[in-house]
Amino acid sequence: MSLHELSLRELGEGLRAKKFSSRELTQHYLGRIGRHDPALNSYITVTADRALAQADAADARLAAGQGSALTGIPLAQKDIFCTSGVRTSCGSKMLDKFIAPYDATIVRKLDGAGMVMLGKANMDEFAMGSSNETSFYGPVKNPWDVERVPGGSSGGSVAAVAAGLAPVATATDTGGSIRQPAALTNLTGIKPTYGRVSRYGMIAFASSLDQAGVVARSAEDAAVVLQAMSGFDPLDSTSVERPVDDYVGALGASIRGLRIGLPKEYFAEGLDPGARACIEAAVKVFEGLGASVREVSLPNAPLSVPTYYVVAPAEASSNLARFDGVRYGHRAEGVHTLEELYKRSRGEGFGAEVQRRIMIGTYVLSHGYYDAYYLKAQKVRRLIYDDFRRAFGEVDLILGPTAQSVAIKLGDKSDDPVAMYLNDIYTIAANLAGIPAMSLPAGFHQDLPIGLQLMGNFFDEGRMLNAAHQYQQATDFHKRWPKGFA
Amino acid sequence: MSSTTWEAVIGLEVHCQLMTKSKIFSGAATAYGAEPNTQADGVTLGFPGVLPVLNGDALRMAVTFGLAVGAEVAERCVFARKHYFYPDLPKGYQISQFELPIVGKGKLDIELDDGHGGVIHKTIGITRAHMEEDAGKSLHENYSDATGIDLNRAGTPLIEIVSEPDIRTAQEAVAYLKKLHQLVVYLGICDGNMQEGSFRCDANVSVRRKGEPFGTRTETKNVNSFRYVEKAIEFEIDRQIREIESGGEIIQETRLFNPDTGETKSMRVKENSNDYRYFPDPDLLPIVCTPEYIADIRGKLPELPEAKRARFEKDYGLSAYDARTLTSSRELAAYYEAVVKASGAEAKLCANWVATDLLGALNKIGKDIDTSPISSDALAGMLKRIVDKTISGKIAKEVFEAMLAGEGDADTIIKAKGLVQITDESAIVKAIEDVIAKNPGQLAEYRSGKDKLFGFFVGQAMKATQGKANPDVLNRLLKEKLAG
Repeated sequence: MSLHELSLRELGEGLRAKKFSSRELTQHYLGRIGRHDPALNSYITVTADRALAQADAADARLAAGQGSALTGIPLAQKDIFCTSGVRTSCGSKMLDKFIAPYDATIVRKLDGAGMVMLGKANMDEFAMGSSNETSFYGPVKNPWDVERVPGGSSGGSVAAVAAGLAPVATATDTGGSIRQPAALTNLTGIKPTYGRVSRYGMIAFASSLDQAGVVARSAEDAAVVLQAMSGFDPLDSTSVERPVDDYVGALGASIRGLRIGLPKEYFAEGLDPGARACIEAAVKVFEGLGASVREVSLPNAPLSVPTYYVVAPAEASSNLARFDGVRYGHRAEGVHTLEELYKRSRGEGFGAEVQRRIMIGTYVLSHGYYDAYYLKAQKVRRLIYDDFRRAFGEVDLILGPTAQSVAIKLGDKSDDPVAMYLNDIYTIAANLAGIPAMSLPAGFHQDLPIGLQLMGNFFDEGRMLNAAHQYQQATDFHKRWPKGFA
Repeated sequence: MSSTTWEAVIGLEVHCQLMTKSKIFSGAATAYGAEPNTQADGVTLGFPGVLPVLNGDALRMAVTFGLAVGAEVAERCVFARKHYFYPDLPKGYQISQFELPIVGKGKLDIELDDGHGGVIHKTIGITRAHMEEDAGKSLHENYSDATGIDLNRAGTPLIEIVSEPDIRTAQEAVAYLKKLHQLVVYLGICDGNMQEGSFRCDANVSVRRKGEPFGTRTETKNVNSFRYVEKAIEFEIDRQIREIESGGEIIQETRLFNPDTGETKSMRVKENSNDYRYFPDPDLLPIVCTPEYIADIRGKLPELPEAKRARFEKDYGLSAYDARTLTSSRELAAYYEAVVKASGAEAKLCANWVATDLLGALNKIGKDIDTSPISSDALAGMLKRIVDKTISGKIAKEVFEAMLAGEGDADTIIKAKGLVQITDESAIVKAIEDVIAKNPGQLAEYRSGKDKLFGFFVGQAMKATQGKANPDVLNRLLKEKLAG
């Protein structure tokens, strides 16, 4: 078995048993990136020297009998996380030359755990997109079919992991940006409860929705890395001061008696029959494992998309106001007035989708429209939250599709923003409510991956990860490799 | 202003910098006067990905203010983003409070001179006070075709205190501001330094014919002294009346006061077109102040000026005037109380020395009570010598001057200058007899009924003892001797 086919547990065991060193493992991945990434464009920046230095440090720790389960294991960081000394572009021309003087909290934590950063993963510009076509650094291709999109906004993270160009990657999810691309690339991706992982140093898109998480090749791999990323951070006022559950330790428990709810709104019109068949088959697997399945209702779920596309752009228009060409980031040349500096720096630095969302957000926060849009959206958001509270009174987990269908072809919807926004229809509600949710491989339709979504109650990541893990013990979809990248 | 027909309506917005060590949402220092941009961390600079965390001291100070003006402190308050683009506003928005401020309705009592030696009391309503971050500074000097940005001030905690439009004259406005200034300094939440911008005022002024609804208001920005506030408001009232009387209209606008000309000038028109797009800051959760938290702060409130003044009148038997003077600052009041306690002298005597002699002297040498060359202990040491009759009140003035000049403590000076009071009757009798012998004419006049000459003999006898005779003993003996 080749190194890149090993699970994180196997990699850790191999490193500790000195079967291979972190340097060898890192070089293996750097070699694969060199060979395969030109076809995928999953990395914006590859940090080979830094990676090898980290690998050597990890090897020294391991030789001294120190280090964690993750020491010496490489990963890709989504280019939304600030990394001291390494460019953090957020997929934007605006930050093409931006080098943060600080690390995001999760970067600090994973560095501290001894992980080796291979590079910064491509993404939709400022995480705004569902196909990774809005990146200033060009679109990312789906390893399962390079004519198709990998999903977004964490398109680089999933393409890298799916193609074996990183064993695991960080990602972020504001409206589905971890789960939808994980579904389209046959990966396991988890967005934890809002407030579980620090947002410090993660460039904000929509602050009340953004949450960092992991994309991995199994629920077990995801659990190990999420464990290391999670926890209270005094630098983030929205992070929750509550101990982190033992996600890894929770794996292995039987799910007999687990109550799973199928929201009827998630199986209505719009779901591709091919995807539906995969989800229904998965439900049978869960039943076979002893789970009880019943229908639940999330009556306000159909309002998720319009609600999200008011709240998220509103916050984005505000969060992106700081990119003004004054202190850092793109600054237009040859300007004569302050207004010209702002207009041209922002006009040149931001791509079309980002500009569109800034305009929508500015509009919905404007005097006279605030009540009709922003305030109304907040009220609907509350109703969506109430739906979940009610549902979790009846069931332990909610199961449904992650996306309506398989990955689309590059360019298919990039001229139709509304069609693109509808991609997020199943994923957005979890962000609006703040609950944890994940996607895991549930089979193939037309040889392309289909994802299954699980949603859990607040801080119930452990139970959700274990359910996914049990499912993955009974299935082998997650073990399949895209042709040409084995 | 023809006061019979016109009336001004004034509301003040005061920005008061809180005396926290670090900024409202980050650990960067807040000290004034550092090299530009040396107190700007990632949060201050608005770097991508950084997040605000509320400074607990800033919240505590805001609550302290609310309690001191009898306002309701919100159990739940919310930070909101106020958006506008300006180079000294790094994030493109200011974190402020909008719909749910920390401090609700309160009030402040002011006193005004009635022009006949009396005092008029008036209550000015406080609409609200909210927490917010200060912006940086744009430096236009030293750059011919560019603007420098200093972000040291950005993120300094402020409370903005908004008054009701209860103020009717420039004098009332100044009285309100002085009272507010005294209060925040008393509370230890603001250093009150108007020169450095720690306490800044914007004045909203409109005029109307008495009995009519409010007129259109203008806002005059950043008037940084009490005198300028008075001048700016007076100018603005006058300008608005002239404008209306000559058939014009008042435009709602922001105006800037020019201290050199004493005039206000339009800064930007179309104030109404500013749309700040306020919305709750998603990076900061709503702030919850529990009843226990508020009770704890209430329990630690210092004695406020009003209460202290009343106590000074009652406990020390001081006049209203002296009590007001001595409680004008917390430091002065503490100084006075320390003097009373350490000297054992009569409270009234202490009051005279502190309020008249000491303050007068400090004023002359341009120092304040904190930097007084005479400590409360030193002044008390001198007063002790008056009490035990070592020196007379008159000699004490000389000792005081010497202390002020840094010649040592009272005992050292008394000893060095030989100023100990003469209470030995035989020595005083001798001096009196000499004076009487030298002035037979005056003696005869006195004895024939010209009582006023008593003062002459006191003066001469004092002079003969170099002022050291105990005045009581001298008076008694002199009366006896003059009577013959």
